[in-house]
Amino acid sequence: MTATHLGLPELGGLAGVPVTDEPQRAKDYKSDQEVRWCPGCGDYIVLNTMQSFLPTLGLKPENIVFVSGIGCSSRFPYYMNTYGMHSIHGRAPAIATGLAVARPDLSVWVVTGDGDALSIGGNHLIHTLRRNVNLKILLFNNRIYGLTKGQYSPTSEAGKVTKSTPMGSLDNPFNPISLALGAEASFVARALDSDKKGLTEVLTAAAEHRGSAFVEIYQNCPIFNDGAFDVLKDRDEAARRIIPLRAGEPLTFGPENEYGVVRTRFGGLEVAKTSEITAEGGELVVHDPTINDPAYAFALSRIGGQELEHTPVGIFRNVARPTYDDLARQQVEHAKASKPADLQALLNGKDTWTV
Amino acid sequence: MEKRGIPTPMATSEPNPLTATRETDIATLDRVVIRFAGDSGDGMQLTGDRFTSAAAAFGNDLATLPNFPAEIRAPQGTIPGVSSFQVHFADYDILTPGDRPDVLVAMNPAALKANIADVPHGGAIIVNTDEFSKRNLTKVGYETNPLEDGSLEPYQVFPVAMSTLTRGALKDTGLSKKDAERAKNMFSLGLLSWMYHRPTEGTERFLAEKFAAKPDIAEANILAFRAGWNYGETTESFAVTYKVAPAKLPTGTYRQITGNTALAYGIVAAGQRSGLPVVLGSYPITPASDILHELSKHKNFGITTLQAEDEIAGIGAALGASYAGSLGVTSTSGPGVALKSETIGLGVMTELPLIVIDVQRGGPSTGLPTKTEQADLLQAMYGRNGECPVPVIAPSTPGDCFEMALEAARIALTYRTPAILLSDGSIANGSEPWLIPDVADLPDLAVNFAAEPNAMDGSEEFWPYVRDTDTLAREWAIPGTPGLQHRIGGLEKADNRGHISYDPDNHDRMVRLRQAKVDGITVPDVTVDDPSRNARVLALGWGSSYGPIGAGCRRVRKSGMDIAQAHLRYLNPLPSNLGEVLERYEVVVLPEMNLGQLAMLLRARYLIDIRSYTKVAGLPFKAAELAEVFTDIINDNEPGDNGDDVHVLTEATE
Repeated sequence: MTATHLGLPELGGLAGVPVTDEPQRAKDYKSDQEVRWCPGCGDYIVLNTMQSFLPTLGLKPENIVFVSGIGCSSRFPYYMNTYGMHSIHGRAPAIATGLAVARPDLSVWVVTGDGDALSIGGNHLIHTLRRNVNLKILLFNNRIYGLTKGQYSPTSEAGKVTKSTPMGSLDNPFNPISLALGAEASFVARALDSDKKGLTEVLTAAAEHRGSAFVEIYQNCPIFNDGAFDVLKDRDEAARRIIPLRAGEPLTFGPENEYGVVRTRFGGLEVAKTSEITAEGGELVVHDPTINDPAYAFALSRIGGQELEHTPVGIFRNVARPTYDDLARQQVEHAKASKPADLQALLNGKDTWTV
Repeated sequence: MEKRGIPTPMATSEPNPLTATRETDIATLDRVVIRFAGDSGDGMQLTGDRFTSAAAAFGNDLATLPNFPAEIRAPQGTIPGVSSFQVHFADYDILTPGDRPDVLVAMNPAALKANIADVPHGGAIIVNTDEFSKRNLTKVGYETNPLEDGSLEPYQVFPVAMSTLTRGALKDTGLSKKDAERAKNMFSLGLLSWMYHRPTEGTERFLAEKFAAKPDIAEANILAFRAGWNYGETTESFAVTYKVAPAKLPTGTYRQITGNTALAYGIVAAGQRSGLPVVLGSYPITPASDILHELSKHKNFGITTLQAEDEIAGIGAALGASYAGSLGVTSTSGPGVALKSETIGLGVMTELPLIVIDVQRGGPSTGLPTKTEQADLLQAMYGRNGECPVPVIAPSTPGDCFEMALEAARIALTYRTPAILLSDGSIANGSEPWLIPDVADLPDLAVNFAAEPNAMDGSEEFWPYVRDTDTLAREWAIPGTPGLQHRIGGLEKADNRGHISYDPDNHDRMVRLRQAKVDGITVPDVTVDDPSRNARVLALGWGSSYGPIGAGCRRVRKSGMDIAQAHLRYLNPLPSNLGEVLERYEVVVLPEMNLGQLAMLLRARYLIDIRSYTKVAGLPFKAAELAEVFTDIINDNEPGDNGDDVHVLTEATE
């Protein structure tokens, strides 16, 4: 995955983070804490995938930090043998921003959920994305509040019957990908908890991206919202529904590639039968996540509805733009280079008198 | 003192040694209080600020009180739109901006109406007559013109057509009438500068620099300033000018400083003396924004300032930076503290250093944004869920903000804890001469990060909650340190090892350990000023009320009574000798700009019946008011009760 060039110095997402030649294995990233998610929870697979993936980066493990908020997924840092902070509800992006601004030598990961990131922490999420702070946000979306035992979340379908909504929920859900793109996130992707290969590809690209990377992970809660994503896990159903996002390739899917994505008259995107597209002389959309205008990726995100009838999976957007933390450090370095840090001169100021 | 700074139109033959072009009397005064008041668009804050700088450069001691509406431009010419700036300058060390102005400069009828009640009879009022039109008078409810109806007879009124005179002085500049008139504040400054023999070079230089990009505006302001001076010099209206000699302050080099600037400099100094980068996460809020503005100018000291999306993100980023090994700081006012409380709790639980600056304003809720109050004390002490102890300190004067910022850093870094610093609107915006410290004398705040495993079982592990036996501070292992990877968070931690623990005994132990850590913070003893050693009444205070309480005590002593004064800058923990000090006096009176918050804490802690005196008016206490309160208590009266005992000298030296 290459990013568009805006005449910026080409820095990878991990530039400045010290590496090691020591061979690493997944178990090096397992902490001594017993994992305490419910049996069958999707979080286990994501944790295992992360622990298998990190050794491929070859970073010094002490330079990796996981910051989380509150919720089931936010227990994640306790199980990683890295530095970690399990913070407070919704605030992980804010805390991680301070960390990233202060330390260019750290690989910073935020682990959050649909309630943590999109409800109580919605403001921090969008502002972190708009600033493009160099940190990676993994949003475990199970469309339910698990830790508080089963209330509807901001990604639950309207009308959902839960303990707090016995007559059905009334709110329209967020599409997290659309929201992130609305905030002009520079890297936006979606993965499934059960797809280790796909998730690893997305995590690799996210780590290499310099700036905020937003990754929505569809994750099953076996206790309070079991089977929410089952249609994407059944082999035949998945083939009909999942639109794999492969850079440089036409957007086609279906058991026989019988469906494809085309442009609508109004600049959006929609699914059509490949046969009809060719018959009408239409053109299949070739996926390009590096298009700088977020409108393309946004249109793509609108194909996937709440019902999962069609679900694009992979990297929606991956563009280069300056990161907040790099710019903040540049300002400090520039100020240091242009003016000495003379504390006595500062205290004296311009107008003094002596008694 | 015999004479106050009141211009009197009496004839004299003594020549003015400065100019000798006209004969005026020169009176020498020890102190003067001047209040500039006008519409919030009239530039009164700038005018007052320039007069103050001139007084500072001349070597007077001074104290200032800006008072302005929360609205940027309240409706023109109305009472709510009045903005004022009071400056008190003297030839000795003064403690307050002064109770009542000797001279009121009123730029319009609203300014006169809003301030006249504070001017003592015999005081001088200089008015801009051009603004006293029928329409403007009606707007503020004057049925007749106070300049003509005799209602100002108890005062000395000096009517000056400032707008007309300013326009006349600028007629050759090519500026429009409206633009020319905008310089009338500089005319008033020129006139007062003449009247009080203030140096003018500084103001002219300031104007040239401030409007460097607009030379015509710079010229207009300088011309208006000179026109004001010349008006005083050439007209017969003012028969006397006044001199206030430089103050005899302790030797050293001084500058003028506001509390917010001193606080910001204290943070810069804390970064330099600790060797840590500073990360300020902040959200704009009155009256704390100037700290964000000031620190943003000093990135060359390794300071990163982050204007966050909200108060919560501001403190979140600061705490994240502290976790990373920086000195995390957040600055706000009471409403912001309400939003930050949750993260302060996380800081207490994770035991990370963090400085929380609360520049208090009138509350509750959004309250009085531009006014002062001391009503966030209990919020700072207890405004969090759970047993959540946080050290609390409070500077007593604008200049003291510098030292207390360093103290906040010392406490936060030494004890690995959030520390709350309670400033308030009056010292944040008020200014005074500040004896500039020698950087070499500032405290060493160097910290040691953990570098080695510290497991108490001898293993090669790092246990994040192993404590220093002396300070009870836990070790600070920052990300990037090999082998010390660990996890912290808001859930209760097992003693020493730091894993999540829901064990009942462990929680009880950890709650007590966190409390003991804060209780054990070393703070200096409180000192008592009891010159006669005979006082049976102790006036106690905290924070910004130091000045008015001290001035009240001076008045009481001047009238022949005894009173002791003690002032608390450390509120949690309290100085260890405080209980003994309180025991020594028959009566302890505690004035607070709240409904008795510290009084309640001290009663509970020491079982002493503190006499609480409270006022929550959005303005600092007045020295005369407190002198009367103290006198009544000394005379065994309830405050406000008029007995026949010794009376305080209302015009005594402050």
